[in-house]
Amino acid sequence: MRTVAVVGASLAGLSAARSLRKQGYDGRLVVIGDEAHRPYDRPPLSKEFLAGTLGEADLGLETDGEDLGAEWLLGTRATGLDRTDRSVRLADGQAVRADGVVIATGAAARTLPGADGLSGVHTLRTLDDARALRDELARGGRLVVIGGGFIGAEVASTAYALGLDVTVIEAAPTPLAGPLGETMGAVVSGLHTDHGVRLLCGVGVKGLSGERQVEAVLLDDGRSVPADIVVVGVGARPCVEWLDGSGVVLDNGVKCGADGRSSLAGVVAVGDCANWYDPRAGVHRRVEHWTGAVERPAAAVAALLAGGAVEPGVPRPPYFWSDQYGVKIQFAGFAGVADSVTVEEGAVGDRNVLAVYRRGGEPVAVLGMNQPRLFVRWRKQLALPVVR
Amino acid sequence: MIPACRLADLPRGEAFRLDIDPAVSVFHTDDGEVFAIDDTCTHQDASLADGWLEGCEVECPLHASKFDLRTGAVDSPPAKLPVRTHEVVIDDGMIYVRVSTDAPNLPPCVAARLAGGPA
Repeated sequence: MRTVAVVGASLAGLSAARSLRKQGYDGRLVVIGDEAHRPYDRPPLSKEFLAGTLGEADLGLETDGEDLGAEWLLGTRATGLDRTDRSVRLADGQAVRADGVVIATGAAARTLPGADGLSGVHTLRTLDDARALRDELARGGRLVVIGGGFIGAEVASTAYALGLDVTVIEAAPTPLAGPLGETMGAVVSGLHTDHGVRLLCGVGVKGLSGERQVEAVLLDDGRSVPADIVVVGVGARPCVEWLDGSGVVLDNGVKCGADGRSSLAGVVAVGDCANWYDPRAGVHRRVEHWTGAVERPAAAVAALLAGGAVEPGVPRPPYFWSDQYGVKIQFAGFAGVADSVTVEEGAVGDRNVLAVYRRGGEPVAVLGMNQPRLFVRWRKQLALPVVR
Repeated sequence: MIPACRLADLPRGEAFRLDIDPAVSVFHTDDGEVFAIDDTCTHQDASLADGWLEGCEVECPLHASKFDLRTGAVDSPPAKLPVRTHEVVIDDGMIYVRVSTDAPNLPPCVAARLAGGPA
């Protein structure tokens, strides 16, 4: 291989570029990013960066003096992939012909239909999004967060600490029930009400009102919630439209094998845009976690360089964390397959708890709130090979 | 040299945190080697003694930064700076640590606390 193009310059793309060099690839390496910024860390965008305690320089992911010997094409969106010669077409008319392609184009925040052009309405995904929201939060006022997922909850927590009046609206009866299950979803989202943040559940959003500036969020049940700032945190969709017609099979992102290989030879996908096959569960899973974007590129790059001649390892159970209202929340595994959840340490009322999810008596997931030491012990146990 | 604990009291795969300031942790690897590094992750305030020890590497319990116990180098983000390594001496079954005189790479919140500023 003489040229590898990494499309996407965020955590997954950077991790892939690092893996390529670490695994001995010494050819031409081109990293293409649609944002103008060098790779930066997104988790602080809804927390320390939004709160103003962390600056932009602190977000950089590259270490001092790190040189991957890569050509960085930043501020340049990829618009297509030509399967005949693996050329990545760029919005500025350039094309990068490559022997290997790593797709790491991530995901984009879902928006609310009809919210276009109304000022005061935000999504939070990029550094530019976070700058805009930070500046607006600094002016204070009434914040309504649409979506009680992790991004929404973190923004609510940060805004609460900044002194704003905060309301969270969640369409489902219990926030976080998908990732954490009903029981623990209720416990974790209880952090909002603990702090006097209003939490409205089981009600959908009909629309927004306001002429130029948002004035209220209109609910399905007829209520109207006054708002100066609205944050829409209703999930993300994989950024793979640019691959339409390329021959890369798309199915909830780039459909990949257990080693990240796509349907096209010489093309792998990593990070939020990649729907990897999970051999343990026998299903494809698109995992949007930070840790997946760090861990999986090594396997995908190995498969790319070896042309698929390596046996993929079994990935560790997905792990993510969140910080809300001063509580460290950690979760690993799959809550959806559990048939029970038990508190092993602490008490849910104290928001200081270690809960283990089991299926047929076997641990399948673990949740910690301010329990990092015990959490790691359980997380290690989840990673042990399953005896069948 | 600072006495840490007895080798017999530190099973393989476990860590012992020395509550000095800044804290230092002693790791006993599955291969039977003993290493000492700074206990605080250079990214944010987390105790590496609580982390995931695998081979000669420890993963931070919070954000999964990895540090090489032999060199202190960062092997995985989000941390960008290494931890200090400290000399370990085992004498008559007792583990001693000779703390490095280099300046530690403490995360911003901890550095501020030690400097007497707001946490």
